[in-house]
Formats: sequence, structure tokens, C-alpha cells
Amino acid sequence: MKKKDAFAQRKSHSEPGPGDGGRTGSWRVLRPILDPEKCIPAKTNKNACYACWIFCPDGVVTKTKLPVIDYEYCKGCGICAEECPAGAITMVEETLLIMEEEK
Amino acid sequence: MTAKTTVLNLTEEEFVHPGNRACSGCGLSIIYRIALKALGRDTILVVPPSCLTVLQGLYPIAATQLPCLNVTFASTAAAATGVLGALRAQGREKTTVAAWAGDGGTSDIGLQALSGACERGENFIFFCYDNEAYMNTGVQRSGTTPRHVLTTTTPITGKPQKKKDVPAIMAAHGLDYIATASPSYPIDLYDKAKKAKTFTGPRYLHIHTPCPAGWGFSPELSVKIGRIAVETGLFDLYEIENGHFRLTGQSAKMLGKKRVPVKTYFKTQTRFKALTDAHIEEIQQEVDEKWEKYENADHPS
Amino acid sequence: MYIIESGNVAAAFGVKLAETAVIAAYPITPQTPVTEKLSELVDSGEMNAQYIPVESEHSALAVCIAASSTGSRTFTATSANGLLYMAEQLHWAAGARLPIVMCVVNRGIGAPWTVWNDHQDSISQRDAGWIQLYACDHQQIIDTVIKAYRLAETVSIPVMVCYDGYILSHTYMPFELPDVDTVRKFLPPYAPEYFLDPACPKNLNTVTLPDIRPDVRGDTAPGYMEIRHNLHTDMRRSLDVIIDIEKEFYDTFGRGGHPFIEPYRVNDADYVAVCMGSLSYHLRDVIDKLRNEGIAVGVAGLRVYRPFPDKAIADAFSHKKGLIVFEKALSYGNQGALFADIKAALYAKTDRPFVRNYILGLGGREIKTCELADALRDSCKPSSATTDRPEWIGLKM
Repeated sequence: MKKKDAFAQRKSHSEPGPGDGGRTGSWRVLRPILDPEKCIPAKTNKNACYACWIFCPDGVVTKTKLPVIDYEYCKGCGICAEECPAGAITMVEETLLIMEEEK
Repeated sequence: MTAKTTVLNLTEEEFVHPGNRACSGCGLSIIYRIALKALGRDTILVVPPSCLTVLQGLYPIAATQLPCLNVTFASTAAAATGVLGALRAQGREKTTVAAWAGDGGTSDIGLQALSGACERGENFIFFCYDNEAYMNTGVQRSGTTPRHVLTTTTPITGKPQKKKDVPAIMAAHGLDYIATASPSYPIDLYDKAKKAKTFTGPRYLHIHTPCPAGWGFSPELSVKIGRIAVETGLFDLYEIENGHFRLTGQSAKMLGKKRVPVKTYFKTQTRFKALTDAHIEEIQQEVDEKWEKYENADHPS
Repeated sequence: MYIIESGNVAAAFGVKLAETAVIAAYPITPQTPVTEKLSELVDSGEMNAQYIPVESEHSALAVCIAASSTGSRTFTATSANGLLYMAEQLHWAAGARLPIVMCVVNRGIGAPWTVWNDHQDSISQRDAGWIQLYACDHQQIIDTVIKAYRLAETVSIPVMVCYDGYILSHTYMPFELPDVDTVRKFLPPYAPEYFLDPACPKNLNTVTLPDIRPDVRGDTAPGYMEIRHNLHTDMRRSLDVIIDIEKEFYDTFGRGGHPFIEPYRVNDADYVAVCMGSLSYHLRDVIDKLRNEGIAVGVAGLRVYRPFPDKAIADAFSHKKGLIVFEKALSYGNQGALFADIKAALYAKTDRPFVRNYILGLGGREIKTCELADALRDSCKPSSATTDRPEWIGLKM
């Protein structure tokens, strides 16, 4: 804690942390849904491919044998689905999924 | 000799927090994320106003996990010089200093400071992420906007002038390492950033950066469009190492092969709407001539 | 030890004694000899600093901003259009709260081109958030540079040390070179609260919102307005710091002792000439002459222009009959900036002196002693009243 009479108590010094832009998952119109039956590392149980991980602009896909997408922050750009060589990721309308979830 | 970089051995360590303000499908987000993996933790960043300022986060939260100095638009390379001066004065020379500017911040307002710093031989890596217009202010033309492209400050027939060749300007400064890269070839980008780190003095990386909002395409296509730019021979992946030019990665593989027609690229983005068939023909010819020179040049195996 | 050197070299020796670590410089007349001397001192190994010959003044201040943010003591110097080319960076350095010290070797501004002295350069930058100190002679230049670092680093606000081009910068005068060890005691090493460090990553000067916002721990962080308010309140608080530093400097070195106003025959004066820089010493001769004529006039040299020492001015002058403000700068379309500030400082006093304004010496126009005497003879009368527009001295038309 700074001394009460210190100079320059207020400066624009930012500290690293997630979610500066809020829960950017709320930006999503389409949600990427991964099909483990088609996903190469998931299907083969081998470290392979990871196109979704490397191309994700927001780093919200894990580099694991079953890649996991962090929907809290995934903006739904769809690059993962577009770049998946196995066609394992489908972009599904967020509203439909939310309606489904709310049932 | 270290192992060849692959998607499998590329570090999982992330240097950018999720939930930042970059647009959905942002090309800059991809290259920034990948290049920071190559730069590593012992790095100080210098950033002028640009899309990256927004991506980096608004006070008091920073999306980037590296120390970063935000500086005025024209002063990026001079500010990097100042960081380096202090690091030398304090015996902290091991720390990498990396500047990240957009194409306007590099080729227009930032060029004087960049040229000065390169002439002085300052020990930094300068990354220009080239999204070919002033995107953060709403898509105004820049020195690197290609000819015929529509922006909010070009005539309805598109930009009359050609794109400024910034890597060539940097090459004229006699830099030891210059490279181009694309988010569509992340390993190539990673390896170049890593290689840049092995040199001292000024190093320059020019990265083609697809921008869904500014270029007029759907966000899922950022990687695909960057790839088509390379496959058509419009944007080439190369290195200039100690003065020697060399195509790399996909561009090197394309030598002696048929390229995708440039028309394919222009069809993917609304910013090319003003292009006539004659323009396309003309550009195809220019690209063909450029590649003929590549084909005829001596290439190290 | 006394030496005879130019004002510019006095400034350079001040920077050397301050053990400044990073120096950035771009040449402009009449500042160049400062940077030439520093280049020589660094090259010869007499000074352990990084000397960075940049490609513009904008970059010179960029280097200082970045080096200061990275934790080093920095210096640059400029004049006239060079200072104006830095304008954006001036505000940046102040907003980022960096204790940069810069010498401004005062020169008129183009167009038309002039290389000669006036104060339009630094005065026009009065709202940039920098502390502005003015020196009257070579001893004050070297002493003020050393005091400026102590002040800047105490209050985290950049400081301009302003002195007249040619009149001081290029003339030779004897002055005492302070002792290295004594300066070290007076000016401890620069130890910023935060500097750019990968071990503790922070992002400096990021976009800051109009409103307050929680930080990563959930504590409320200020908005842009709070940050700027803090700069202003710290500027005001630095007036007290200036008094303390001046006293300590006087106790240590036996010189100075006048934090804001350097008076000459002011105590028993009815009228006081007020100005900044070397002109206040020039006026001393005029004062002596007028005293012999029976006019009770003195001269006050203002040492600090920003933060404006309004209380000190009001206390020192409110009981006088008249103040005559001589300025080598002008707020075009209005009046002398110092004149306006002094009137504002006296406004709250019910019994206040008249205040008159003379503009002189623009673009190096010769300031003749006889003209100063005439102006004072004309003004130092009970019948004089406060003017709302300046009069001009030495205008030939």
C-alpha cells in the first residue's frame, strides 16, 4: 500500500489478467462443437493435427487429445471449424443451443 | 541443432490472455499469439496506437503477459531505442526488445523513427503487422494498402497508388535479418521470430495480417485468405539473411509450380470490388513477372 | 572549483554531475553545444552514460520516455521548433509521470525563421504538465539542472530547465562546479517505484476509460480524469517540495535560497519589475539607475513558471503600488501569459497593485537599457493603472 502522501499515486499501469473485454463468449453467434468421432487426436488417441489449437486467435482451444474449447471466452469466429482437416468441428447457432439448454 | 518446429512441439505456454477486445477472427491475434511464443518471457514490448493497443487491453487490465510500453504513434522505434539504452545502462542486455506496429505505424508515421533506429543499429526486433490500412480508426488507406483497394478514404475506383514495399526499404538499411510471414503459416512465422532472436542489431518482420472487418470477409476465413494470398504469389514468404534473399515455406515450395490465379484471392474480399478484369489481368502479369525473377534467381538449396 | 565556460557547458556539467544514464539528442541552434559537450564527455569516458544521437526531437523525447520507463535517469535538450516538434511527447512524458529533465535553450519560433532568443517556445508549452524552471546565469543553469533531477524524481513530474539562447547559452562566465560527492549526497540514485521488467510485467499508458473500473484484484482503479487530477494536485504540491529542495541546496552548497522569486531591491520598492530569465539581471542595472533618480523600483526574477507560484507572488507583491511585467513571449490575440497569470494571482487580494505588461525582445530584438528605463519611468507612477493589453518595447514601426 502506498503512503498517503506519496506522489504519482495514479498512473495508467495495467496488470495482466483475462477478460479485459469481458466474457467474450457472449459475442458468439455460432458455437464450435467438436465431434470426438471425427477429431484426429481424439479418434486416434495420439497427439496429432491440433490445427484448431494453433490457429485459434484467442488461444481458447486446448492442445489435448480431446481438444476442449473454452466457451467463456471463445468469440465464435469459426476458424477452427474452417481449418479442421477432418471436418470435426461444426458451427451451431448459439440461440438454438441456448434454447436447448434452457429446456 | 534444435528439433524442427512442429505443431506438436510448439510450446503450449500462452502469453496473451483470452477475453481480450480483438475482433472475432482477428489475424493479428493469431500472429501475436504465435510470435510471442517465440519471443518468450524475457521480452519488453513497445507498441504505438493500433489495433494491438485495443487487443492489449484497457487500463487497468492487460491482455498481454509481457511488460509493454505504449508509446506515441510516430515514436515506436525511438522508444524501443530508449528501452535498449536503459537496459544497456543497467546491464540488462539479455532482455529482448520487440516493437509491434501496424502498417500505418510502420510505413507512414513511424518510418522516420524506424529508419533512424535501423541506421543506428539498435538491437531490437520490429514486427510490422500489415493489415493494409488504418484498421483501428476505421479502414483508412495507408502506404501499404494495395492498388485498387477500397478503403474509407480512397476514391470509389479504389486506391490509385501501389503498395509501399517496406521490407525493401528495410533491406536498403542493410539489416542482417528481414523476413515476411503470414498467420496461415504459423510454424514459418514462429521459426522466423525465433531466428530473428539469434541476430543482434535491428531485425524486421513483416507479417501479412488478414482483417475480417477491414477487408470484407467472414471471420472464419482469416487463415484461408492469408493462405490464398501466398498461394497466388501475391504475398510471398521470404527471408533476407545477411543480404541473401530466400523464399521460405509454402512460397519456396511453389517454385517451378503453377500458382493459383490472383483472381481467386480478389474474389474473397469486398475491398477488391472496384477491381476490373483489366486490373486483375494487369496484376496477374505483375505477379507472373515477379515470380519469373524468383524462378531465374539462384536459390540456395 | 570555479571554471569559465558557456551556459551550455554549464548545463552539460550539471547533467554529468547528476550521473544521468541515458542521453538523447538532436541538434538545434542554440542548444547544440550542450549535446556536443555531453557527446564528448561520454566518448572520453569522463561520463558513464548511453549517448543516443536520434533522428528527431520527437524521437529524442521518445528515447527519454522509454529509458525513464525502463528505470534510468535521462536527459535531453532542445530549443524552439525542436521543442514544438516534441509537443505530443511532452504531454506523454507528463501523463506517464516520468522524471525526465530537459534543458530548453530559449529561442523564438518560426515562421519566419529566427534563431535568436525569446521565450515563446517554452511559454507556449506551459500547459503540457511539465515543471518549468528558469535560470538567470551560468551558476543557476548548472545548479538548476541538479535541483531539477531531485525535484523531478521526488514528485514524478518532468522538468524543463529554461535559459536564454545566446545571452546565456553562448556567453562565457565564471561559475562554481559543485563537488561530485556533495552532489551525490544531494541527489540520490534514481529509484523508480516501477520500471519495465519481465519479472513484473505491466502495460504502461494503456487506453484508459472515462470512468473508473475494477482491476485484476477487484479493487477500483482510477479513470483518465483521476489520473490527470493526480498530476495537477501533485504539480501544486510540488511548490512545497521546491521550497524544501531550495533550502537544502542552500544549506549544502551555500547558493540560491530563492525558490520562486529572486528579488533585487524589492523590499523597500513601491514598484516591481517582474520577468523571467537573464532579463532580470539585465534589469538590475536599470533599477540602480532609476533608484538614483528617486524612483522606488526593484526587480523580481521569477524562477518557477509551472507550477505557478501564485501564492508566493500574491504575498510578495500585493502590498506594492505597481507591477511591471516584461515578457519575451505573447499569447497571441490576448496578452503576455505571465502578465495574465500574475493578475490572476493577485485577484483575490483586495488591496492590489496595478499591473502593466511590456512585450520585448521577440526573435532576438535587442533590449536596450534605455528603453527599459523609459518603460519603467513611464509606468512607475501613482497614476498608472492596470492595462488589459500589452505595450511593446523596441518596435520600429
